[in-house]
Amino acid sequence: MIIAIASGKGGTGKTTVATSLAVCLDAPVQLLDCDVEEPNAHIFLKPENPRIRRVTTMVPQVDAERCNLCGKCRRICQFNAIMILGDTVMTFPEMCHSCYGCLMVCPEAAISESFREIGELVSGSAGNVELVYGRLRVGEAMSPPLIQEVKAQHNSDLPAIIDAPPGTSCPVVTALTGVDFVVLVTEPTPFGFNDLVLAVGAVRSMQLPFGIVINRCDSGDRQVARYAEKEKIPILMEIPDQRKIAENYSRGVVPVDADDGLRTAFRDLYRDILTRI
Amino acid sequence: MKELVIISGKGGTGKTSITAGFAALAENKVIVDADVDAADLHLVLHPEVRRTTEFMGGHIAVIDSEKCTGCGECLQRCQFGAVSGDFRVDARACEGCGVCVHFCPEKAIAFPERVCGRWFVSETALGPMVHARLGIAEENSGLLVSLLRKEAKALAEERKLDTLIVDGPPGIGCPVISALTGADAVLIISEPTLSGLHDLERAANLAAFLKVPAMVCVNKYDINPAITERIEAFAARQGIRSVGRIPYDREVTAAMVALKNLVAHSDGPAATAVRGLWQAVSTQLHDGSEVSKT
Repeated sequence: MIIAIASGKGGTGKTTVATSLAVCLDAPVQLLDCDVEEPNAHIFLKPENPRIRRVTTMVPQVDAERCNLCGKCRRICQFNAIMILGDTVMTFPEMCHSCYGCLMVCPEAAISESFREIGELVSGSAGNVELVYGRLRVGEAMSPPLIQEVKAQHNSDLPAIIDAPPGTSCPVVTALTGVDFVVLVTEPTPFGFNDLVLAVGAVRSMQLPFGIVINRCDSGDRQVARYAEKEKIPILMEIPDQRKIAENYSRGVVPVDADDGLRTAFRDLYRDILTRI
Repeated sequence: MKELVIISGKGGTGKTSITAGFAALAENKVIVDADVDAADLHLVLHPEVRRTTEFMGGHIAVIDSEKCTGCGECLQRCQFGAVSGDFRVDARACEGCGVCVHFCPEKAIAFPERVCGRWFVSETALGPMVHARLGIAEENSGLLVSLLRKEAKALAEERKLDTLIVDGPPGIGCPVISALTGADAVLIISEPTLSGLHDLERAANLAAFLKVPAMVCVNKYDINPAITERIEAFAARQGIRSVGRIPYDREVTAAMVALKNLVAHSDGPAATAVRGLWQAVSTQLHDGSEVSKT
């Protein structure tokens, strides 16, 4: 069972909700932080002795001895990752999408597999939570293969919570594919509302069940609540705008660890989600 | 012409409210919203769209079920799991690599261009604006960001404007790299939280990797002054100039809720700080880089 925590807009409280939900369970649970560009869950959970593994993706390597400069590799490549200049085949590993087209099409078997490092996979335990996160290499553009690697660590014997990246494009789609339920975290402001509508479009197009958590619920306007009512989207939880929560967040403290009332509210949230799956 | 990109690493640090302020304070500029995934700047700047163009972001495989014999060649070769057992292509999974198209023995797979969104050239009360809407759950946001910057530059040249102000996306991946590459300066908006510090470090490392001179500003600095100092100390070690602190001020949310520009709406502490910030940033942008080049 996988619950994903997502939002269109960044900074609405995804990590607060994901870590709080994981910590409040008091039973073994996985937290898969798929915001590989800016992972933050480990700052709150502080896993001990994290294990780190490099993650790579396939890129082609051309054997100049075997290559007859036929150009078939360049023609099949849709990503401008192979060019022929004079009698040299040049590859641009950072452009490559690892489709293997050039390897398949080369009549001289002159292209072999090489690798580009895209980032690291980190895993470790903190209390009842087994945390797995990806850390995209600075300068690497493609996050989806690393997100897939984080998700591949899901142990199907345990419930898992995914902390998804912000936005509505391919990294989000990669993080949400195959999950059982999506929690969209938003804030009651025009920016929060605008991006919530985009996120709702994305989860609906993926036909995933979902609900909304409104963070800092008393800070802005009523537009989000009115929209949820009109669209018949369940509001699963409303978190008040409290300085204490913000301060704990700033210091890397999971809010439920400092507030028993909030802990109870998150346990109720988890039970509520289970009834909706 | 000088191009300033505003990013944050972490989302929700106040990038767009500050960018909108800059749009009001800067002269002779083109405004770009490069956060194409979750664009918000238009909510404050109220652009009137003058030209809409479809964004073609690569190709997509489409299997013709009439011609398909079910041989399985495409299914076997696709690295992205985009071909289903009954030989349909999942548009969300298709990477547009064309491998299935090339190897289909029946030539049963078409490869049309795919519309991944739309982009707009607009007028606002503060000057021309180039922005976009990426299709829901679409890809190639990096390509779209590059396109917006190119169009904005052309527009600036045509109208003899000398500044580009670009509201960047969160994160450090594909669209951020596209927003930063070749820019004259980047302003990173941070917040005084451990997450903010962590994400700032990664964003600053990306700016250094791409050789774009960086500045940093801490928003809501008084939420946790100790972490604000850690952020500024980190910046100093990296040779990044700290160009301002903005205090926590409820007027920021109030302006957003009223769909107004903070610097026009308020004379409070945050709006005052944004005015000072723009002074420091524009001085760096127009003079600082020349100093460092000589």
